Amino acid sequence: MSDKITIEIDGRSCEAAAGEMIIAVADREGIPIPRFCYHPKLSVAANCRMCLVEAEQNGRPFPKPVPACATPVGTGLKVWTRSAKALDAQRSTMEFLLINHPLDCPICDQGGECELQDVAVGYGGDVSRYSEAKRVVVDEDLGALIATCMTRCIHCTRCVRFIAEIAGTRELGATGRSDHMRIGTFVATGIAHELSGNIIDLCPVGALTAKPSQFKARAWELTAHDSIAPHDAVGAKIQLHVRRGQVIRVHPRCDEAINENWLADRERFSYEGLTSVARLTHPRLKRDGVWHDVSWDVALQQVAAVFNTVPGDDLGVLLSPQSTLEELYLAQRLFRAHGCPNIDSRLRQQDFRGDAVDVVPWLGLPIADLEQQTAVLVIGSDLRQEQPLLAHRLRKAALHGATIALVNPYQVNLTHPNHQFVAAPQQLLTELAAIAAALGGRGAGEIANLIAQATPTDAHQTVANALKTAGESQHGRILLGALAAADPNYVAFKALAYLIAEVSGCGVGYLPPAANSVGVYFAGALPHVTAGNQPAATVGLNTAAMLSNPRRAYFLWGFEPDNDLIDPTAARKALNAAEFVVIGTAFTSPALEAVADVLLPIAAYAETAGTLVNAAGTWQRFQGAVAPPGEARPGWKVLRVLGNAFNCDGFNYQSAKDVHDELLTNCGECELTTAPQGEYSPLVTRPDPIELTRIGAVPIYAVDSLVRHADSLQQTPLAIPFQAGLHPDEARRRGLNTGDQVRIQQGDAVMTTTVVIDTTVAIGTIRIPAGIIDSEQLGAQIGAVSFSRV
Amino acid sequence: MVDNQNTVCFRTMHLNETVRHSLAAYRSLGGYQQWERILTERLEPEGIIEELKLSVLRGRGGAGFPTGLKWSFMPRKAPGQKYIVCNSDEGEPGTCKDRDILRYNPHQLIEGMAIAGYCIGATVGYNYIRGEFYEPIAHFEAAIQEAYAAGFIGKNILGSGIDFDLYVHRGAGAYVCGEETALLESIEGKKGQPRYKPPFPAQSGLFGRPTTINNTETLASVPVILERGGQWFLDQGRPNNGGLKLFSVTGHVNQPGNFEVPLGTPFRELLALAGGVKDGRQLKAVIPGGSSVPVLPGEIMLQLDMDYDSLAKAGTMLGSGAVIVIAEGTCMVKVLANLAHFYAHESCGQCTPCREGTGWLARVLHRILHGHGQMSDLALLDSVAGRIGGRTICALGDAAAMPVQSFLKHYRHEFEHLIKHGRPLDAAA
Repeated sequence: MSDKITIEIDGRSCEAAAGEMIIAVADREGIPIPRFCYHPKLSVAANCRMCLVEAEQNGRPFPKPVPACATPVGTGLKVWTRSAKALDAQRSTMEFLLINHPLDCPICDQGGECELQDVAVGYGGDVSRYSEAKRVVVDEDLGALIATCMTRCIHCTRCVRFIAEIAGTRELGATGRSDHMRIGTFVATGIAHELSGNIIDLCPVGALTAKPSQFKARAWELTAHDSIAPHDAVGAKIQLHVRRGQVIRVHPRCDEAINENWLADRERFSYEGLTSVARLTHPRLKRDGVWHDVSWDVALQQVAAVFNTVPGDDLGVLLSPQSTLEELYLAQRLFRAHGCPNIDSRLRQQDFRGDAVDVVPWLGLPIADLEQQTAVLVIGSDLRQEQPLLAHRLRKAALHGATIALVNPYQVNLTHPNHQFVAAPQQLLTELAAIAAALGGRGAGEIANLIAQATPTDAHQTVANALKTAGESQHGRILLGALAAADPNYVAFKALAYLIAEVSGCGVGYLPPAANSVGVYFAGALPHVTAGNQPAATVGLNTAAMLSNPRRAYFLWGFEPDNDLIDPTAARKALNAAEFVVIGTAFTSPALEAVADVLLPIAAYAETAGTLVNAAGTWQRFQGAVAPPGEARPGWKVLRVLGNAFNCDGFNYQSAKDVHDELLTNCGECELTTAPQGEYSPLVTRPDPIELTRIGAVPIYAVDSLVRHADSLQQTPLAIPFQAGLHPDEARRRGLNTGDQVRIQQGDAVMTTTVVIDTTVAIGTIRIPAGIIDSEQLGAQIGAVSFSRV
Repeated sequence: MVDNQNTVCFRTMHLNETVRHSLAAYRSLGGYQQWERILTERLEPEGIIEELKLSVLRGRGGAGFPTGLKWSFMPRKAPGQKYIVCNSDEGEPGTCKDRDILRYNPHQLIEGMAIAGYCIGATVGYNYIRGEFYEPIAHFEAAIQEAYAAGFIGKNILGSGIDFDLYVHRGAGAYVCGEETALLESIEGKKGQPRYKPPFPAQSGLFGRPTTINNTETLASVPVILERGGQWFLDQGRPNNGGLKLFSVTGHVNQPGNFEVPLGTPFRELLALAGGVKDGRQLKAVIPGGSSVPVLPGEIMLQLDMDYDSLAKAGTMLGSGAVIVIAEGTCMVKVLANLAHFYAHESCGQCTPCREGTGWLARVLHRILHGHGQMSDLALLDSVAGRIGGRTICALGDAAAMPVQSFLKHYRHEFEHLIKHGRPLDAAA
């Protein structure tokens, strides 16, 4: 492919690599060739016949017009894209495409941004020669995200190829022949995939459009604002399409290094939460148990007045890792200035024993390089749910032959070849020890014991060999995910990860759970780290310590304690006992009102300027696109004014950029590394002999307030309800069946739920999701539970 | 009369009809001797392919591509699995010759496939048989069992160390699955849609492996060519048109049927073999190579010989050898409307021009036939057909376009008459 040749297109001489398709060369040269089925990220179908061109090779003309998308270039090739023969072929195809197309552009959501419309202007006739009856097609119900009008379909099969090749599920296909051919789901199941919304972008006509924004606006009424996706740590580049101060929809922007041209549904449709009725629109103050809307002045003066009476040590500050760098930086500056070192933003972690040697938990390599890995060991991650686009990169690696192994407390659903080791959390350490043993690793302390006791099987050896080979060529990676981070023995997972990395030659990386999980280190929003990722002079309390040793007052920022903290019951207990709780939040709820004394309405994403640092450590700034509702204000502004109310020095920022620039100066020399600053020497905590370990993975559409308030996403099959998944063997032993009610007890917390028999759950565990309604009644995401039949 | 009739694919025809498809019957004619000779003498595949090239055996499925040349494209010595696939889908309207090879001489096909597999380095063969066939499949399956039992196929055949396994795959009624790459998709369990070429099957065919696909009659001819020599086969026909060919003569003839005659046999003689035009009527038109090829008026056909080159020169094609005879008293608009309906129904739906255009043609013709046509429709039909032909992945688009263009060329007056008067010009039948 690397052989450079020269071909001629429309008389222009063009450089090309032998074997690439004519259309790719033409696109690079800016020579327009109309097309529908061709897409550079999908396989070549050559079925639409719109890109037919005239060509000859070494003086010999091709007898028929050839499809530019499927004709590889070679030496002596001459192409004419606009000769009489080529234009006749293109115009013919356009006529055929239009005879059965409804031409209902005035009532079609795609109108104004339709590829068929655009190309028809250039290649269509002004009067149709077709006077027979037109085809009408029964619609498919593809679920809550994708609206269909299959009569408009031109059968380019881009959606079919996306679902088969990129999503990997083959949920779509063509049935029927001739002009009875239909694109559909075969068995009317809808589409359940975390990347499904991309087929809306791919569809060149109005057959597949976005259901949440259906009929909300015409394309030409929208202004596009560049922004960054707010949920996962990919930091996908997006465009917010705004009309009259409201985000109507979200589209991806192409960046090959980050999200290519794809976007996960979570990032695409969560904007719906922006207009939720649960938005907090006024500062609110609780006086004698009654809530009052108050002015910002009153609210902030009250916050300052009360906090001034509480010594810094008695304060607890918990910040969402979804917040912007600017907010995180100002908040930690403000409270450190106030003498409070108790600042944390790792809300879903319970084991902080590694803090002293931890490095910034970043991916460890550029996102696109994931594709080049030849062996990856993923520890504790429901990949597709946590990191849809990183999972897509790993899938690409797998399809190129990489070994992808996962160690998880339940079997995760993947669409590529993989090796999975599934066990209860304590046994997961044994699985990792077996891989380490297969690599000849010895370890120290308890890890050495684990490894000494491990008996590697063929499966462990296979993965170990793959890691070893990959490590030798610098293409191996050990990745730690959210399920490992939530484990009470996180530090043991890290110790084993680094040991396996060391003996195999692979690198270690983390799958940061939130949009700014890496940024919190730069902002210094941690008990042991200050701005610029510098060690804190005074190490404060971490999240767990702040809640288990209740503080007199709390400052919560950007999250809902019932849903976003690893142990909601412990959190509620601490907050209820506190004298004074201030919550800065974009959403309100009865649960928030129950624990808070002051509610400060802050802007959600799209409403504020700020910066997010993605998994690869890339800083991405964005501007606000719409105004926050009511009296809500961008978080950095609220914190800046609060700084003034606290009489902090240097809180005179004029813009978010001022804050950003100051922080950037602080971070001048920050280099991301992956080698820890010492040895992890964990004491593996072994819970008392227990019935079962609860595995509380956070479902894909429950990771933060915004997505929890996005209605359409909540109607998809991926939004799973509160339920108790049990392995068939565990269920049989207890005489339970799907549908039975059980009472779950976790510490003091008790909750009743329904049993679901699920073969993917590990023996010794019970899978009860976290972060969703009813889960707040339980304790830690991962922890011991007992249960009895109701 | 033709003197060397039924000497290749139909050479078991004269045997007792209850046993002629059996192994014993085939052996009595020297069956499997070529395969045995190849294995015992370890003949070089190149030599066999040279013999085929000498015979000028051309693909009997319709395209007429030289078989020896096709086999020589296979990367025979490349490592990995390769396949030989036999196309017994036989969907072309008017064609029923392969059916009778499967019914009456299945072992000769098996021997031909085994030899083909040997020559191209394939140890596995598939025969894709039209799903509507019942007796042909039963006979062929029984023959496979016999051949396995006798050790002519299977593992380590006759102690030679050569393997050849043979499977039957039944079609499900789609015409387009007779297109070789759609056939491969169908064997793979997918929707039968032609693949874009390149890559050609010889590079990436069945399950992505090098594959050769030949028609039933082509493969069944191979053992006889090797037995009697390439030169003999060539001498039976005409230069560049070697051998005998099966013709399925249907339509308005007194004795429709399959006839194996030398290529170059005058059409007049073939018509006589089929008992002449039905009920003594005048010959009006002939579609000489299956419904996809251009129609010719009877008086032109009566001057022509039945071989690839003669028919090509006259502006039509030998195709699959399905000769559809049309007598005076037949409304040609109705014939074309019927054909157009068939192609509209059988287009796989993949390429825009064929998916949309075949339906358009059928609907316009239906309208004309029912008295609602306009003169401008004739130019429209011609133009739409012209816009389908040559613009699609496979030849189904051309197959749908060619009849329209040729019917309009030779029988335009019948269309005009129907449009003008609301009734057919010639509709005694």
